[in-house]
Amino acid sequence: MKKDKVPQDDDNLMEGRSRELCYAVDENGRYVSVLSSGWEPKNTALLQAWEQIGEEAKKAFDSFKAGRVSPLGFYMARGMFDVSLLSAYTKIPKRRIRSHLVPKNFRRLDAETLRKYAEVLDISVDELVKGPETAKIFPGEK
Amino acid sequence: MTIELKHSQTAHCENGAAINLLRYHGLDISEPMAFGIGSGLFFTYLPFIKMINIPVTSFRPLPGMIFKRLANTLGVEIFRKKFRDPQESMKALDHALDQGIPVGLQVGAFHLTYFPRPYRFHFNVHNIVVYGRENGHYRISDSVMEEPVSLTCEELMRVRWSRGAFEPRGRMYFPVKIPDRIDLPSAVIKGIRRNCREMLTIPFPFFGVKGIRYVSRKIRKWPKKLGEKKADLYLGNFIRMQEEIGTGGAGFRFVYAAFLQEASDVLDKPRLMELSHEMTEDGDRWRAMATIAGRIIKKRNSGHETYEAVSAILWEIADREQHIFSELKKAVS
Repeated sequence: MKKDKVPQDDDNLMEGRSRELCYAVDENGRYVSVLSSGWEPKNTALLQAWEQIGEEAKKAFDSFKAGRVSPLGFYMARGMFDVSLLSAYTKIPKRRIRSHLVPKNFRRLDAETLRKYAEVLDISVDELVKGPETAKIFPGEK
Repeated sequence: MTIELKHSQTAHCENGAAINLLRYHGLDISEPMAFGIGSGLFFTYLPFIKMINIPVTSFRPLPGMIFKRLANTLGVEIFRKKFRDPQESMKALDHALDQGIPVGLQVGAFHLTYFPRPYRFHFNVHNIVVYGRENGHYRISDSVMEEPVSLTCEELMRVRWSRGAFEPRGRMYFPVKIPDRIDLPSAVIKGIRRNCREMLTIPFPFFGVKGIRYVSRKIRKWPKKLGEKKADLYLGNFIRMQEEIGTGGAGFRFVYAAFLQEASDVLDKPRLMELSHEMTEDGDRWRAMATIAGRIIKKRNSGHETYEAVSAILWEIADREQHIFSELKKAVS
């Protein structure tokens, strides 16, 4: 890859926080490092991964709206947590996490358990109890 | 207390933590050099090991291997420690910082607050260097970021104790002894030889050049075997592994080509310069493949003939890499 061919396809996936470094050849045929704000095929692949997560979250959201699953189901899908990973983080046994996915068991949860879940899922206890209002996985998403 | 550490950005976090730490201790090598001596170029496709229901693809050896090989080859002694308890892991970090030692840490990306959100996956083998602590904030050199960043004590403890595959368990490391004399030419030769072995002689079909051929044979059958949607997901994951944060482009092929240029100077072997150019062309082919893959995912074309195209480029890449590594082996024997 030539230095002047280093792609700058910014899809805002880096949220303006940084650019990434890649290696390319300058006019003398020597390697230099160049900053890139993104490359389209790569952006496409990352967006595809998020689309997949969004689909899982949408399923969980619909189940929550239909009263089949507790809000925990949606926030787990959004954060890519399966039961084992959530159990590893919270030290709550998998069996109990599965039971907390049932709305009526979830409603009886004590404050301490809710706090543990909310902390790992990066939301407030309030949000967790109320459940999602939309199926969006990113705040501010269009 | 803040240690005078120069933050330099790199393509890959493991190379970055390594060179930023070594430079502090007076051993100044470039990222490509660290990657080459650490024999970082690799390929593996493991159809029977799945992450998030997708077979594992990797363009580099196991996490931590590059740094381990780099240190062993240069004769640098590294202190390494894992912990049983989060509080204890923070105490040990503070203790090292108080003695003026910058510390390398393995962390998880999911709760990393300064990371762009689209990159916060449950990825537990990210590497950073901590070089100071002030008013409850830790100063951090994360080599994939342009500028130094900071985290609170709680935030740092959380990412040091992320859970899932490859858990860090508070792992920290730093160089304790650098040899007085570094024999760079012999380190470069060792690194190249080891990389040739890794790419050419592992006796399983899933690794090195054989692994690329294996994927090439499989990939053309994906649409029929998996259905269009799943095939596209496999393909998307494949190019993410190739290009996502930290490969320097083309699954580390450009970094390796940059290493061969430096190696050519260090060893005074013009042949390595020629092979560097070949490696660059090879990297360009990887990117041509990713461009086609991107179009497939975006559905800017029709039919399955494009999976055929991807497969054909991979086969050609395998030929190229077989040739490059065979020639490299001769060049340094």
